[in-house]
Amino acid sequence: MKTLTLSKLLASAAMCAVALSGAATAQPHPDAELIIEGELQLKVRSEPAAHMDGAVPEIYSGWLFRADETRALQMDDFENPAMLGVEDGEAMWNTAEGAAGQSCADCHGDAAESMKGVRAAMPKVNADGVLWSTEDYINNCRTERMEADALKWNSGPLNNMVAYISVQSRGMPVAVQIDGEAEPYWERGKEMYYTRYGQLELSCASCHEENYGMNIRADHLSQGQINGFPTYRLKQAKLISTHNRFRGCIRDTRAESFPMGSDEFRALELYVASRGLGLDVEGVAVRN
Amino acid sequence: MNSRFISAALATAMVVMGASASAEIKPADVVWEDEIAIPASLTGVPGDPAEGMKVLTSRSLGNCVACHENSAMPDVPFQGNVGPTFDGVGARWSEAELRGIVANAKNTFPGSVMPVFYNDDPADYIRPGNAYTAKAYDPETFSTLLTAQQIEDVVAYLTTLTEY
Repeated sequence: MKTLTLSKLLASAAMCAVALSGAATAQPHPDAELIIEGELQLKVRSEPAAHMDGAVPEIYSGWLFRADETRALQMDDFENPAMLGVEDGEAMWNTAEGAAGQSCADCHGDAAESMKGVRAAMPKVNADGVLWSTEDYINNCRTERMEADALKWNSGPLNNMVAYISVQSRGMPVAVQIDGEAEPYWERGKEMYYTRYGQLELSCASCHEENYGMNIRADHLSQGQINGFPTYRLKQAKLISTHNRFRGCIRDTRAESFPMGSDEFRALELYVASRGLGLDVEGVAVRN
Repeated sequence: MNSRFISAALATAMVVMGASASAEIKPADVVWEDEIAIPASLTGVPGDPAEGMKVLTSRSLGNCVACHENSAMPDVPFQGNVGPTFDGVGARWSEAELRGIVANAKNTFPGSVMPVFYNDDPADYIRPGNAYTAKAYDPETFSTLLTAQQIEDVVAYLTTLTEY
């Protein structure tokens, strides 16, 4: 039997009340709207998907947790540093590479048509029943059709290509499949989401479900949505992949992390993406 | 009593002190009271509040202010608010309870997100790493997040925070 006295419980309750009232000022921006170039409005708040089962009352884009200046960067494609990666990705799209002498465009034509909606459904189970991320589809095309080398996960060229493909879905709702063939992957990802890794024993949920809106040092904790990836991360001063952030987050729990491009991270990517069902694809976003 | 005797006595006393300093209580040997408190010092050496302040604020040590606000340290920037404030913590909890919370807060608050600062058994963790390298832990170097004395120092500082 633990001997918490009544006065201590009351004191703790009082502290909780203080913490909760303090949280009101730290919550996501209450009414900011994300409108790109004054034209394209992206949905940054939503009712959670049914599978969330009441875990959070509302879902929010990470954009709402960022400072005014950072949010402004993403509203202007000329200011958004991630758009440089998109431009490089577009150039790659139209450039023949590999022994077959083919470019992406030779098969897929205009990406604005052929890639529309692709990013919104990623990661996705392929024809062989295996869950693949956008990067896997790109690399499969490169090695099997173009006879070119696979690009390294989270490398500049691969992130740029994912960025170029992502913007073709910008403004479309997240549309990942979580049932049928995808379900076992989704279940595995969900289990990972709630696993408290490392010597600090922190799960994704510890910060991004239980404590979003709060601060760890200068970090304003978001819900960890990935609808904005690939994201230009100001702290790293470059475009980064979803798996790069996963790897960093798990590393920061003092854990042995997983490799980028691992089956574990693909499953986690699917589950975390599904927590964003209701939001629009923002990739390419700007974050801290 | 001659001076030689006194110096011999002092030397003996220092040896005893040295012995008690090194005879710190290992994580597995900690004696808990009511499952949440640790009445006995982990080292036998009184905690130093000034050192405790360093542990509280240093990112490479306790980094406690990453999650806890402390009005007594207005100059420390970016204090977090995931956990409760330190204000009045020395009035809310006894020294033994504070030692228990710093060593393993999960005993007092089951399911707490607060890390366990005094456990050196990698088997208690899922995929324990080698600090922040993202690599697997090294059995030779895996250790508690804080040393026994650092915990004593933190507790000594926290007991001074009696003002709300």
